[in-house]
Amino acid sequence: MKYLVYILKRLVSLIPVLLGISFIVFFLIRLIPGDPAATLLGSHATPAAINELRTQLGLTEPVWKQYLTFLGHLLQGNLGYSYVYNSPTVDLIKVSLPVTIWLLVAGTVFTLLIAVPLAVLAAARRNGIADNIIRAVPVVGLGLPAFWLGIMLILVFGLKLGWFPVAGYGVSIADHLRGIVLPGITIALTLSPILIRSLRASMIDVLSSDYIVTARAKGISTSRVVLGHALRNAAVSSVTVLGVNIAYLTGSTLVVERVFSLPGIGQQMINSILGRDFPTVQGITLTFAIMVVVVNLLTDVTHAALDPRVKLT
Amino acid sequence: MSAATSIGPALPAVTGTPRRRRGRWNVPLVAGLTLFALIVLCAVCAPLLTSYDPIKQNLTDAFLAPGAKGHLLGTDAFGRDVFSRLLYGARVDLRVGVLAVISPFVIGSLLGLIAGWFGGWVDAVISRIVDMVIAFPFLVLVIALVFAMGPGTTSIYTAITLVGWVAYCRIVRGQVLIAKEQEYAMAARASGLPTWRILLRHLLPNVVLQAFVFSMSDIVLTLLAIVTLGFLGLGVPPPTPDWGTMIQEGQQFILDKWYMSTIPGLAVVLTGLALALIADGIVEKANK
Repeated sequence: MKYLVYILKRLVSLIPVLLGISFIVFFLIRLIPGDPAATLLGSHATPAAINELRTQLGLTEPVWKQYLTFLGHLLQGNLGYSYVYNSPTVDLIKVSLPVTIWLLVAGTVFTLLIAVPLAVLAAARRNGIADNIIRAVPVVGLGLPAFWLGIMLILVFGLKLGWFPVAGYGVSIADHLRGIVLPGITIALTLSPILIRSLRASMIDVLSSDYIVTARAKGISTSRVVLGHALRNAAVSSVTVLGVNIAYLTGSTLVVERVFSLPGIGQQMINSILGRDFPTVQGITLTFAIMVVVVNLLTDVTHAALDPRVKLT
Repeated sequence: MSAATSIGPALPAVTGTPRRRRGRWNVPLVAGLTLFALIVLCAVCAPLLTSYDPIKQNLTDAFLAPGAKGHLLGTDAFGRDVFSRLLYGARVDLRVGVLAVISPFVIGSLLGLIAGWFGGWVDAVISRIVDMVIAFPFLVLVIALVFAMGPGTTSIYTAITLVGWVAYCRIVRGQVLIAKEQEYAMAARASGLPTWRILLRHLLPNVVLQAFVFSMSDIVLTLLAIVTLGFLGLGVPPPTPDWGTMIQEGQQFILDKWYMSTIPGLAVVLTGLALALIADGIVEKANK
């Protein structure tokens, strides 16, 4: 019951954030230098066409009225109309969003597969050879451009070895699975250094606490102490770290989709930018922000469920 | 107040590592500074290290392999010398990367200082704006802003400032909330000093270290953002050399000419490594 109230309160607290997001997205069009309608249509536009677009974008109205109209449309699920694709922006996003979510899920799974064993190994044999090597990983990993890593993986595993498709997403589930491996690993390799760092640190903290010493003194085997007792407790604080960074990495999906030609919303956003399709860029920017808000919410809710010490206020 | 108490609890990343004894060399810091100095030196001395113009096209000499006709790293699709583009690209990317961190650092730290010190509605307003901006993935908002403002270096600076200040604001605000309860801050307040003097002369020096440490890794993130913008065709406009554009141009020839994308990427990784080492070294020094 208390938990449900907590979730409800968290949901209510999202309202101002969502309003803020919508305001920033709305404001994007104001940043276009000069007359947005003329800029969007390019130098060959007739004055009549510019006037028409200006009316369509609502630029003739006062700003506050424009924002209210924009907000009203959002609440009805209307993100604008793409003139480039001749379709409502919402439909474009509906088609491509599953690909991006699928990529995020695959990236998270690969991250856990890479980061958890390495962090546990490093913490269990602290200051050993493995620990020293693993500790160097985040330092190198920080400056690794995701798109370059993707190209390198394509070069080695796609072109030279031929294990995975070089680009694209295919049509069948099997194609999807094969097509998502390299992009997922690309995301995982950029995300796991941060997770290794925090998980190792919290494992070391936990391993030196009293109940672990007691467990060891009772003669429980090292592997059971590390995996059974320590990891569960260390994982709790890393959920938050993972959540924060998935939010950050949501942005990287954009680049990774571009490199691997995955038809997700990131790829759609770049195409819309190159096609100067403003409503779609706005809509996708908003979608990305909402994804981050949802991931943060899920992180908090998971954290609260895992850790009874979190105050449910 | 000692510096260590104000920065200790906020640096969880280094728990368990400070086993270095006093008097020994700070290896990460020295290694990072050396590597970074070398990279900067290469960028500054670019005209001395290569005689080729990074922009001049020579279509008869396109796609030369590394070493051919005196081109150390070969030539690209337009016959431009890759080594020279790499060096001049470092000039562009490093300058933009470092400069683009300064204004978010200054603006964010000042707003964090104000929010933390005054509290109340000032804090509420600033913190709500921070929440709004932080809800967007960094790269997505930067790309959207650059798109809206049009291509060019000014747009990149502005976009990164508009998005990047929030991190500094959060860090400094948190530090100020701790610092203002301490004796020296209360003493400064009780002695009737003007507020700006308390903030700038007494609080800022004590809270700014955290923001400075973050700025080191922020340079890496900013550099990555700039290179990524170049890769997506939204960065520094051509023909100006930039590592991201070079990687993107090489991607289509990756099968035969693997080095075209690989080498500029390695340059980014090395620069990132140097800055990450410096950041680690500063954290280690501060934790002593």
